[in-house]
Amino acid sequence: MRPAAYISQSLEIAVALAAAPLFLGWVNQCRAWLANRSAPSVLLPYRNIRKLFHKDAVLAENASALFRIAPYVVFGTMVVAAGIIPSLSGRLPLVAAADAIALVGLFGTARVFLSLAAMDVGTAFGTLGARREMMVGFLAEPALLMVIFVASLISATTALPAISAHLAGARLVIDPSLAFTAVAFTLVLLAENARIPVDNPATHLELTMIHEAMLLEYSARHLALMEWAAALRLFNYACIGFALFVPWGIAAGNVGPLGLTLAIPILALKLAVAGAGLALIETLSAKLRIMRAPEFLATAFLFAVLGLLVHVLLGGP
Amino acid sequence: MTASLPPPFADPLTDCLVLVAAWLVIGVAGLAAPRSVRYAGRALFALGALVGIALAAAAALSLLGGVTQTRILPIGLPDLPFHLRLDALSSVFLVLLGASAAGVSLFSAGYFRESDGMAPGLLCLQYHLFLASMALVLLADDAYAFMVGWELMALSSYFLVTTQHRIPEIRSAGFLYLVMAHVGALAILLAFGILQGGSWQFTFDAMRAAHLSHAWAAAAFLLAMLGFGAKAGLVPLHVWLPEAHPAAPSPVSALLSGVMLKTAVYGMLRVTFDLLGHPAWWWGLVPLAAGLLTALYGVVFAAVQTDMKRLLAYSSIENVGLLFTGFGLSVVFFGVGMPALAALALLATLYHSLSHAAMKSLLFLGTGSVLHATGQRNLGRLGGLIHRMPWVAALTLVGALALAGLPPLNGFVSEWLLLQSFLFADRIPRSFVNLLIPLGAAVVALCAALAGYVMVKFYGVIFLGQPRESSLAQAHDCGLLERLGLGWLALLCLALGLAPVQVVSALAPVTRQLVGSAVPQPAASWWLLAPVPGRAVSYAPLVLLLAGAAVILLTMLLVRLFYHRRVRRARPWDCGFGEVTPRMQDTAEGFGQPIRNIFQSFFAIERELPTPFDAAPRYRIAISDRMWRGLYQPISGWVRRLADAAAILQRGRIATYLLYGFATLVVLLAVVLAT
Repeated sequence: MRPAAYISQSLEIAVALAAAPLFLGWVNQCRAWLANRSAPSVLLPYRNIRKLFHKDAVLAENASALFRIAPYVVFGTMVVAAGIIPSLSGRLPLVAAADAIALVGLFGTARVFLSLAAMDVGTAFGTLGARREMMVGFLAEPALLMVIFVASLISATTALPAISAHLAGARLVIDPSLAFTAVAFTLVLLAENARIPVDNPATHLELTMIHEAMLLEYSARHLALMEWAAALRLFNYACIGFALFVPWGIAAGNVGPLGLTLAIPILALKLAVAGAGLALIETLSAKLRIMRAPEFLATAFLFAVLGLLVHVLLGGP
Repeated sequence: MTASLPPPFADPLTDCLVLVAAWLVIGVAGLAAPRSVRYAGRALFALGALVGIALAAAAALSLLGGVTQTRILPIGLPDLPFHLRLDALSSVFLVLLGASAAGVSLFSAGYFRESDGMAPGLLCLQYHLFLASMALVLLADDAYAFMVGWELMALSSYFLVTTQHRIPEIRSAGFLYLVMAHVGALAILLAFGILQGGSWQFTFDAMRAAHLSHAWAAAAFLLAMLGFGAKAGLVPLHVWLPEAHPAAPSPVSALLSGVMLKTAVYGMLRVTFDLLGHPAWWWGLVPLAAGLLTALYGVVFAAVQTDMKRLLAYSSIENVGLLFTGFGLSVVFFGVGMPALAALALLATLYHSLSHAAMKSLLFLGTGSVLHATGQRNLGRLGGLIHRMPWVAALTLVGALALAGLPPLNGFVSEWLLLQSFLFADRIPRSFVNLLIPLGAAVVALCAALAGYVMVKFYGVIFLGQPRESSLAQAHDCGLLERLGLGWLALLCLALGLAPVQVVSALAPVTRQLVGSAVPQPAASWWLLAPVPGRAVSYAPLVLLLAGAAVILLTMLLVRLFYHRRVRRARPWDCGFGEVTPRMQDTAEGFGQPIRNIFQSFFAIERELPTPFDAAPRYRIAISDRMWRGLYQPISGWVRRLADAAAILQRGRIATYLLYGFATLVVLLAVVLAT
C-alpha cells in the first residue's frame, strides 16, 4: 500500500497548488457580491499569476541574492506545508517528517524570509511592512501553536492527520476547549493571511499596508510566486481549520482511490462555505488601526490559552 | 568495554587532562613574545583550536564508550588533592566546550589585532586559562577543585572582559561582572557546605553518600539555584550580562555566552540530580518559574536594543531562561516519579545547551567581524552589509535562522523537544500544578515567536537595506581564518539541526545517568526522531529539508523552462517622492517600537519630546531595566548605609582602637567568667 500513500501525497499537493488561487478568487467574488459590486471572474488570480510570469523582472539596484531567492523559499515552504496538512487524505508520508509544531515552524520560516526580503532593498515601506508583519506574527504564531497544543492534548499526538482522525472519531459534541480555540484560530487566520480587520488585501494606500507593503519591490515571476504563496497560505490555513474543527470527510486509513475522489467534493464544499464565511467577516468588519492589531491578536492568544485552561480544568473529554 | 581500543582512546580522562594542560601551555607560551600578533595572536590561537577539536573528540569517545573514570591529582594544597571524574554528564559539556572553543579560537586567530587594548600574548594567556578553567569545572569531582576552577573561570574572564580597560564603561562593566560572579560563588560555596552533610568531606562522592534532611536538601538546592542562577543570568540576577558581553572582545563574548553560561547549567544538573540525588518535585517549580520569567524578560529586552552585542546578550538571557525551564520541568517530572518524561525534558535542556553554544557563538563572532569592518556596534549606523561582507552575511544568516527557532535548523529541535515535554504536563499527579504548568508552554511559544522578531531585526538592520552611513562603503569581508571559524560553527548548527537522531542517542547515557531513563529511539530509523513511545510523534529535518529543496529547485527549473530569465535593474520605488534615502529605513529603535508599545510595563522609559517651538526638534528615548531602580539601587543604598554606620567605629586615632581592644578583652573575660 506504500504507492497509494505516495499517490495521495502527490494528489494532496497538486490539489493545493491548483485550488489555492481558485479559493482566493472565490473569496474575492463573494466579497464583491456582498459589497454589491459586479464580481471579477473566479479565475482572475490564475490569469494574474500567468501574466506576471510572462513579464520582465525588475529588481531594485541594490537588491541582494536574498531578495531573489526569498520568493522561491516562501513558495517552497508553503508547498511543503500543504503536503503535511490533511485536506483530502490522512495518509501522508511527509507527515512523519513534520508534525503540527513543525508546521508552525514552517510558517515561521516563510514569514522570516518574507520580512527579510522586504528589508533588503531598504525602502521605507518595505521595512515598515516587515516590522508590522513580524509584529502580527509574533502574536499570531504562539496563538496558533496554542490552538494546536490544545488539539494535541485532546488527541495525545502532534501529528496533524492523527489529531484530525481522533477528533473525527470523537462524539459529535462541541468540546468547550475546542470552541475557544476555534475562535482563536479564526482570528489568527484573519491576521496571518492579511485579511480585514488586520490588513486589507485590496488596499493601495501604502501607509495601511502590511503584506502588500512587503511586496512593493517585487515584480514579474518573483511577485507571481509570492502571490501564489499567499494564496497557498490562505488555503493551508483553511485546511488546518478543517482538520481541527470539521474533520469529517477526510479520507482516513486504507481508503482507495474511491475514498480520495469522494474527499475532493467534500473539500470543495468546505472551501466554498469557508470562503463565503471569510468574505462575510471581512465585509462586516472595519479595518483596525495598526496600533489596535496587537489587542486583536492578544485576544486570539488569550482565547487559545483559555481553551488550554478549559481543557486541563475539565480533564479532557 | 574499552579494553579493545588502542591506548590513546582507552583512557579518555588522561587525554582530556593532557589537552587541558596543552591549553595551559599554549597560554603560557604566549608570554614568550607577548607583542607579536603573528605568533601569539595567530599561531597559538590556531593551535588552541586544534586542541579544542581534540578535546571534543576525546570527550565524545568517552561519551560513546560509556566509561566513567576517576582520578586523584596531587596538586593544590597538601591534604587537598584534586579529585577528577569524567562521566557522561561532564563529557557532554566537554564536547560543547571543545567544539565551540575550536570555532571561536579559529576565528580569534584571524581576529585579534594590535589595537585591541591588551597585548596579544597576555590575551592568549587569559583566553586559554579561561578555557582550561572551564574544563576543570567540568572535570572536578570535589568541591575544592570545582571552586578553584570556578574562581579561575571568573577571574580570567574578568580580565578578558576588561581587555580594553582604558574605557571607563568597560571597567565598570567588568566590576559589576566580578561582583555578581562572587555573590554567585559564595552561594555555591554555601551549597557545598550544606551538601557535605556533616561529614566534612568535600569530595562529590561523600556528598552523594550524605543523607540530608528534606529541609537541608531544599536549602542546598535553593542556594545552588542562587549561585548558578547568578552565573547563568536568571532574572533578577541577569544585570551583569548585558554589560559584560558587549564590553568583551567578540570571541570572548562568544565564549562567555556560548560556553560559560552552560557551566551554570552543568552545575545545576550536577548538584540536583547527581549530588542531591532525590529532588522533591516542587523544587522544579523554582527553576521553571524563574526560567519562564527570564525567557520572556530577555527576549522582550532583546527586541528593543540598539547595540548589536547587547541585543545578543539579552537573547542569551532568553535562552538561559529556556534552559532552566526545561531543567525545572525535568525535576518536576522526576520528583513525581515519571523518569521517562524527565528524560525528555532533560534532553531538551541538553540539546538546547549544545544548540545555543553553536548558534550564539556564531552570531557573536559575526558581530565581531562587523565591528572590525565598520567600527560600529550601534545598529543605527549599520545596514546593507550583505553586499560588502557576503561571507559573514551568509554564515550569520545560518545562526540567525537557527536562533529564531526555524526548522530545519538546530534551534527548532530543542524547542520542539521542550514543547513535546510540556504536552505531558497535564499528567502530573498534583492538582493545581498540572493546571498551571501547561500554561508555561504558552510562554515558551511566545518567546520562540519573539525570538524570530529579534533575529529579523538583528539580521535585517545589520546586513540588509541600504548602508546607513557613508563610511560603510569601505567595509571589507573577513579573512580566511575568521571565515573558517564562522564556517565551523555554522556547520555545527547544521549538523545539530539535521541529525537530531544521532545527537539524541549520544545524549542517552547522560539522561540515564541523571534520571535513570533515556528517551527511546526506534532502532531502525536513522533519520526519524520519534522520542515519545506510544505516540505518533516524529520529526525528520533531513526529509523536510530535502522536500523543501526539491520543491524550490523544481520551481526554479520550471520557471526557467517555461518562461524567460530576463532581469532588469531599476531604482527602488520611491512612492513618487523623488529620492529614497537610507534614513527612510527603520532604525533599530523603529523596528523595536511595536514591542516597546506592547510590553511597556517591562521597561523604564524616559522620553524627551520636542516642544512645538523647537527650531531643531530632537526626540530622545532611553530604555532601561526596571531591576536597576527596583532592586539593585536599593540594595547598594543599604550596603552603603551599613558601611557608613560601620564607619562610625573608624576614628583614625590609635587611642580609640586600643580602647576597642581593651573593651573586647573585658567583654570576653566577662563571658569566660560567667560560664
